[in-house]
Amino acid sequence: MSEHTTLSDLEAAIDNTFATDAQQASVDVVEPGIVTAVETLSMQQALNRALAEVLEENPKALVLGEDVGLLGGVFRITDGLQKQFGEDRVFDTPLAESGILGMSVGLAMAGYHPIPEVQFDGFAYPAINQIVCQVGRMNYRSRGTMPMPITLRVPSFGGIRAPEHHGESLESLFAHVPGLKVVSPSSPNEAYHLLKHAATRPDPVIFMEPKSRYWQKGPVDTSADGYSPEGSRIVREGKHLTLVAWGAMVARCLQVAELAAEDGIDVEVLDLRWLKPIDAEGLAASVAKTRRAVVVHEAPLTSGLGAEVAALITERCFGTLRAPVERVTGFDVPYPSGDLEDEYVPNIDRILFGIQRVLENRRG
Amino acid sequence: MSDVLALDLSAQPDLSAEDLKQLYRLMVAVRHLDESAIRWQRQGLIPGYAPELGQEAAQVGSGYALDMARDFVFPTYREMGVARTVGVDMVEYMSTHKASWHGGLYDPQAARFAPIQAVVAGSVLHAVGWAHGQTLSGTPAGELGVAITYFGDGASSQGDVHEAMNFAAVMKAPVVFFIQNNGFAISVPTERQVAGGSVAARAAGYAMPSLQVDGNDVVAVHQATAAALAHARSGNGPAIVEAMTYRRGPHSTSDDPGRYRTLAEERADGGEDPLARMRSRLLAEGLAGEDFFTEALEAAQAEEERIRNGVGALGSRPGTEMFDFVYQEPTHALKAQARAWREESEHV
Repeated sequence: MSEHTTLSDLEAAIDNTFATDAQQASVDVVEPGIVTAVETLSMQQALNRALAEVLEENPKALVLGEDVGLLGGVFRITDGLQKQFGEDRVFDTPLAESGILGMSVGLAMAGYHPIPEVQFDGFAYPAINQIVCQVGRMNYRSRGTMPMPITLRVPSFGGIRAPEHHGESLESLFAHVPGLKVVSPSSPNEAYHLLKHAATRPDPVIFMEPKSRYWQKGPVDTSADGYSPEGSRIVREGKHLTLVAWGAMVARCLQVAELAAEDGIDVEVLDLRWLKPIDAEGLAASVAKTRRAVVVHEAPLTSGLGAEVAALITERCFGTLRAPVERVTGFDVPYPSGDLEDEYVPNIDRILFGIQRVLENRRG
Repeated sequence: MSDVLALDLSAQPDLSAEDLKQLYRLMVAVRHLDESAIRWQRQGLIPGYAPELGQEAAQVGSGYALDMARDFVFPTYREMGVARTVGVDMVEYMSTHKASWHGGLYDPQAARFAPIQAVVAGSVLHAVGWAHGQTLSGTPAGELGVAITYFGDGASSQGDVHEAMNFAAVMKAPVVFFIQNNGFAISVPTERQVAGGSVAARAAGYAMPSLQVDGNDVVAVHQATAAALAHARSGNGPAIVEAMTYRRGPHSTSDDPGRYRTLAEERADGGEDPLARMRSRLLAEGLAGEDFFTEALEAAQAEEERIRNGVGALGSRPGTEMFDFVYQEPTHALKAQARAWREESEHV
């Protein structure tokens, strides 16, 4: 590492490590004074650390859900928290997601900050009524007197060869609901900081964790020096086009960018982070420079968040865009079985084809 | 009255003569306001209303048993009688029917009365969460605040009610599930709604006590609710009270009960009017005379006039409130929409 190594350089280095395969990352200790308090953690460890700190700092914070107690969650995100904070603060609920969310609403009304877990994305469907009509509306219905500081953690997206409804991407559903905010981290450092940020907000935040990235390690700068949880972030600068992604697709887009660079294509990668509110100005700033954009997501194409991203870019950059915004997404099919998921989730080839289309398109 | 697991009714002290008279006054006030609200709708003062005619004893009797210094009410959209009994500002309450604001204009935290809830069974789970919060707060058993959640026979079919009962029983949350079984979910009668005919009977499966009570007897409702509250307050977990009553009016001012029941059926099934019944009791026990009943009605009429004037004086809420209360920390996108709305609406 050079003496001017920054956190994003480290992240890029580690993501590239995983681009070539599952070799464990090891990050050299960075020179003092350049990056402080950096540790190498998996996203699972970073989330666990963030939850422990939130529970420590806010006595009203509670963790609840299925198997989050003694077991530590099926992904071990809540590992050890019940032992550390007791059964009042970290507790198992019966297996009913509407119950978990409805109970969280009541706890919030009583002054608590519930951090419920819905064990897998698809398990949020039984809770949709409570999420839409209660979590998203109680602040409104009560004219601001009953805020809903609920941080709903949802292990999300595909890529782990899981059974049906364990690999879904619900961001469009959530983002369409007034009163909710939606965020998805793409790296251990982002996971740590965004969860700490979300879990201290007075509004409900749906926290979509890319479950396929739980075990990838990366540097986490717990000092938060210079870290901003707001808006999007550029994870790789480039001149020719902007790849817009979130969650697990960010790492994939970084891989694609490296491959494209071999052909002389300079790709900028923008990690959207917040799926509601979307950082329209950040998108516009990047695309104003590159004049081309490809948005990549795992969710189905039709009415996917890519459409919203394309609209926001078009509204702001119509005059300078060199081509229509391209979308590389999942298909309008139920999320397939593990044998087919590599065909469904945008892979490197499909993203490269998207780049080709946006580069070949010529106006006039 | 049948109890599945015992609630200790004998521990409840008898109500004083003044309590009995107050229960009657409250029922008259609620009856008069309820019937007036239908007229308000016909006169165009409010766009709609969900009457509770016939359910006065269930609502006043249960509400009167609450300790509003520590308990909390989770209503549906038909709990005007409870709201009046526990002291919610009635102009601010009726504003929901004026279409001013869905949840009502009252402050739900200050009133200890959750926002009016149009989602059937939507708030039953909230009561469980709020109640579990009381347990977590470290309040000693015997002094716990209790959440009382109101819902009907129709709502009892919703999965959320089952989840709420199971969660509450597993966690021993201080909740009273108060069912007003009023015979109808809009048009569908209880026998096509509740298998076995009793919501209270389900309590056995959740290992919690329950009482099915004559919901038209305000004193019986009060005593059953007080027993259930005492059970929950003592840290013994939840309890069910099912008040068997009858919705004498339509589901709402848009409903036509003639399509699903006859007047003869209404008369036969409605049972004794809860107000007439209490009046007879007060007379029989020598607790009140005609003067008292006249005064109670006149007070109710004066109160209705004040509320009607207050509701009539409610202007529309400023349109900015559409945007102001969505978040505690509004997004840039929402602020931009609010600005655009303001600019474009000012051109009209």
